[in-house]
Order: sequence, then C-alpha cells, then structure tokens
Amino acid sequence: MDFSPLKPESSIATKTLRPHIGFRRDAWLRLKKNKAAMAGLGIIIFISLLAIFGPMLSPYSYSDQSLTDANQPPSGAHWFGTDNLGRDLATRVCYGARISLSIGIVASLINLGIGVLYGGVSGYFGGKIDSVMMRIVDILYGIPLLLYVILLMVVLKPGLMNVFIALGLVYWLRMARIVRAQVLGLKELEYVLAARILGASHQRLIFGHLLPNSLGPIIVTLTLSIPEAIFTEAFLSFIGLGVSAPMASWGVLASEGVVTLRSYPFQLFAPAVAISLTMLGFNFFGDGLRDALDPRMRR
Amino acid sequence: MFKLIIGRFISMTLVLWVIVTATFVLMHAIPGGPFTAEKALPEAVLKNIEARYHLNDPLSKQYLDYWGNLLQGDLGPSFKYESRTVNEIIAESFPVSAELGMVAVSLSVLIGIPAGMAGALYHNRWPDHLVMLFATFGISVPSFILATVLIYIFALWLNLLPAAMWGGPEFTILPALALSGMPTAFIARLTRSSMLEVLSQDYIRTARAKGLTPFHIMWQHALKNALLPVVTYLGPMIAAIFTGSFVIESIFAIPGLGRHFVTSIYNRDYTVILGITIFYSVILVFMNFLVDLAYLWLDPRIKIGGEENH
Repeated sequence: MDFSPLKPESSIATKTLRPHIGFRRDAWLRLKKNKAAMAGLGIIIFISLLAIFGPMLSPYSYSDQSLTDANQPPSGAHWFGTDNLGRDLATRVCYGARISLSIGIVASLINLGIGVLYGGVSGYFGGKIDSVMMRIVDILYGIPLLLYVILLMVVLKPGLMNVFIALGLVYWLRMARIVRAQVLGLKELEYVLAARILGASHQRLIFGHLLPNSLGPIIVTLTLSIPEAIFTEAFLSFIGLGVSAPMASWGVLASEGVVTLRSYPFQLFAPAVAISLTMLGFNFFGDGLRDALDPRMRR
Repeated sequence: MFKLIIGRFISMTLVLWVIVTATFVLMHAIPGGPFTAEKALPEAVLKNIEARYHLNDPLSKQYLDYWGNLLQGDLGPSFKYESRTVNEIIAESFPVSAELGMVAVSLSVLIGIPAGMAGALYHNRWPDHLVMLFATFGISVPSFILATVLIYIFALWLNLLPAAMWGGPEFTILPALALSGMPTAFIARLTRSSMLEVLSQDYIRTARAKGLTPFHIMWQHALKNALLPVVTYLGPMIAAIFTGSFVIESIFAIPGLGRHFVTSIYNRDYTVILGITIFYSVILVFMNFLVDLAYLWLDPRIKIGGEENH
C-alpha cells in the first residue's frame, strides 16, 4: 500500500478535461438548443428587418391613396391587398412594425432607465429609504394601469409621443420590484463586503457590482415586458387613443380591418398575423432566455 | 395577521385616494374645459353651463365637493347626455359587464387550472408541449384579434352563433371565449410552473414512496399549495378581463360598462370617463384586497414570514 500523497499535477481530479465555458457562452448554448426560443429570435429578427427595409423596398408609401385600387384582394401588385382608401396594406403593415418595435425599444429604455435604477437604489440602501420607495411602488402597482394609460391618453390627445409618455409613467414598476429583490439578496454576499472594504463608492457598488450581477432577471423581465408594451399600444390604437391616421400602427390597421370584416376579411388578416407573430416571437424568446439564464428555473 | 389586514386596508385606502385625486387633477388639466371643444358657444351660455356644473368654483372647493358627492356615491351628471347621470349609466350597464366577466373568469379558471395540471403531470411529454404551445399562443394573441377571428369562424362562416348584440346565453359564448383567452393561457402557465415546483418537494416524494398514485398525489397533496400563485394572479386577472371587456363589448355591440367607457372616450364625455374609471378602480382595488386576504388565509406561513422578516 502506497500512502504517499499524489503529485498535484498528476491528479485526475484537477485535470480540466474540457475547454472552459463561460456563463454567457453556456447560456447561449442552452438557448441554441431550445427550438421555440430560436424560432422566437428568428421572428424578432425577421420583423425587425421588415420594419427597417420593408418600406424602402416597397413601391408604395404608407399614406398613398388610390381610390381606383380600393379594397383590392391580395395580388401580385399588393401582397396583402389594399384598404378602403386604396393604400397598400403590406407597406402599412411594415410601417406598423416600425411603430410597434419603437414602442418596444422605448419600453425597454424606460425599464432600464427608471426601473433598474429605482430598484437598484431602493434595494441597495435598504431600511427607511427602501420602505418609502417600495410603498410608492406598491401604491402605483395597486392602480389599474391600463385605465390610467387610457385616462392619460384622453388628456394628452392621441399620438405616438404620448403613447411613449403614458408607457413611461407606468411601465417600470415590475422591473423596479425585481431588481430590488435581486439587489437585496446580492448585497449581503462577501464580494460586496470585500469591495466595500476596499473603499468602493455607492455608485461603484451599484453600477459596477450589483446591477451587472442582476443582469439575468433584468434581461428576462425586459424581453417579457416588450410584448406587453406592444400590446398596450395596439390596444390603445384600436380604441382610437394611440397613433392617429394616416400613420399606420397595427392597432389602427386592426381596428380598420374589423369595420370591414364582413366584406373584406383579408384587411384584418395582415395586421392580426403581424401582432400575434411578434408577440409570439418575444414570448417564446423570453421564455427560452429565462430557461437558459437560470437553468434551475427550467420547467 | 390582524396587523397585516389593517396594513393592507390602509394601503388600499391610500391607493383609492391617489386614484380619485389623480383622476380629478387629470380632469382639470384638460385645457379649456369640456365645453370649449364643441363649436364656440356664446359667452353667456358658456357661463351658465359652467355655473350649472360648478366649473367656475375654485378648484379646492370643486375637489372637496367631488369628494363629498363621491362619498355619497354620486358620480355627477354626464356632460354629453343632459338627462343622464353617471350613476344611471353604471347601474344600467354594469350588470351586463358583470355577467360577461363572471362567465369569462369561470371559463379561464376551469380550463386554465386543469390544463396547467396536465402539463405538470406529463412534464416534457407531448401533453405538456401541447399545453405550453396553446398557452403561449394564448398570451400572444390580443383579445380583439381573437374576438374577430371567433366572429368570422362561428358567426359569419359556420353561422352557429350570433355575431353581436346581447340576449340569451348563446350571445355570451363568443365574447366570453374571446375575453378569457389571455387569462386562461396565463393561468395554465402559472399552474404548470408552480405545480412543477411543488412536485419537486420532499413531502411529495414521501407521498410517492408511500405508493400513492400520481393523480392522487396531485389532487390531494400538491394542488392546494400549487394554487397559491394562481390565487395571487386572480386580482390582476380580474383587471385584465375588465379592461379587455372595453374592446370586446365594442366589437360585439354589448351594452355593458366597457362599451360606455369607450364611447365616452370617443365623445370626450369627461365626467363619464372619470366616473367609470373610479368605479372600475374601486372594484379592482377591492378585488385585490380580497385576493390578499384569501392568500393570507390559504397560506398560514405568510403570517409569520410577513411579520418577522422585516
């Protein structure tokens, strides 16, 4: 029996058999395996390309009226047909994609700008500051938000800018709660203590350590709040409080399509598919991202 | 427990105060007042109208009067329809909305929970994938799209059900289905994920080791715990169904509160908009309060956790 210690380099236990894979790469590998999430990503990329290049490639403009071509069914000249003023629906749907995606981008900026900051500060400082800040969020959370967005839109007068303002006032609450909960847990960890001992400022602790480590939940909340914002815009436009004519948001197109449903059902078809597909893409992708970033949550 | 209920009650009152004040401020932030939007009225007529609706009182007095009336349950007159008050409009149309909402809530609970349970029971097998596919579609298709598709298929194409209006039970089916689509999908997802979490706990393993059937374990042991998040979602779900009904009632021409709300937005009938907003908010906030209470009652652990942890 040989009880002499093994030489460290000869030990199998310390031998790294596979190349090192970082967290990000690991998450990406998991995400890539998820077919639904990749399909979602594909849809998002497709819709984005459509929004950017669609209107450039189309021979029509979103507001060009041509009464002789009114209510044309889908054809080679008009892929999705035309509406009651002879406007090309395919072009209008592409413009709708621009509006919906810009809504999504603005909602993310609001989430990142207000929600993350608010939640981060509240969780980091804790104590009295935290309870005051969170009570405010609780109260705002108790207010039925869609009602308030509607009320705001009545006061602000419809328009894209005002949809942004209305979303900005209300769309950061959930993010603030999630980030706060994350930071609250993280700030007790040793590395934060170590950073503090080394003299890191509040600012550095929040932005350099706590928020980057909460990135997973932040990204997931972000991807799942984008379809919600897109839906809210479509909803507002549908009841006549969002983007106004001749601008073409999907909600506007859908509400125009509903009017002519009996005689020209194809006019509803294009915007309905566009909205549903985009929401589906973001939801699939968001679900997949959550599973990939936090495998324990996989269910 | 008692302390917690009092706390919730106080925050509910605070929320309602914020809501009423915010609606009041929003109403008076509208430039020009509700009557200047129409074609220019003679100065004297405008003065008379404003006097009738007390719009020329100082703002603080108007605010206090508004509260005074509100506490007596009076939401004021409609600006658009001279002979009608907001109270009358609500009394007339709320029962219709409530009936539709009730059917939609029942549908989403009765379909969503079993679907979610099936998904968890057959985790990662085809019933699970099917449930998740439908549920993701459900949360992705807006109610107004679902409504028009349903109308197109069942009313225009198959001619089975009425496309609009309100009458017997057959008029309820399509709008209730359209209204419950998104909440059903959400409940199914929620039930599935919380059920999976519960099923991975030790006491379930014990039950399984005793030799109980999976169905028995699920029904007798897992369900009550798994339903807690679903109960929490009931508050927002009722809100979703109520706000969804704005559009659904308009599409189906149902004479409910939601349609009045949308019409009053088109008409810029401010008192009706505000009255209905406050009415809805009160109901929703109260529902949330009830849900909180139900939650406390269902999960005894919260009593300790809620007080000791802070």
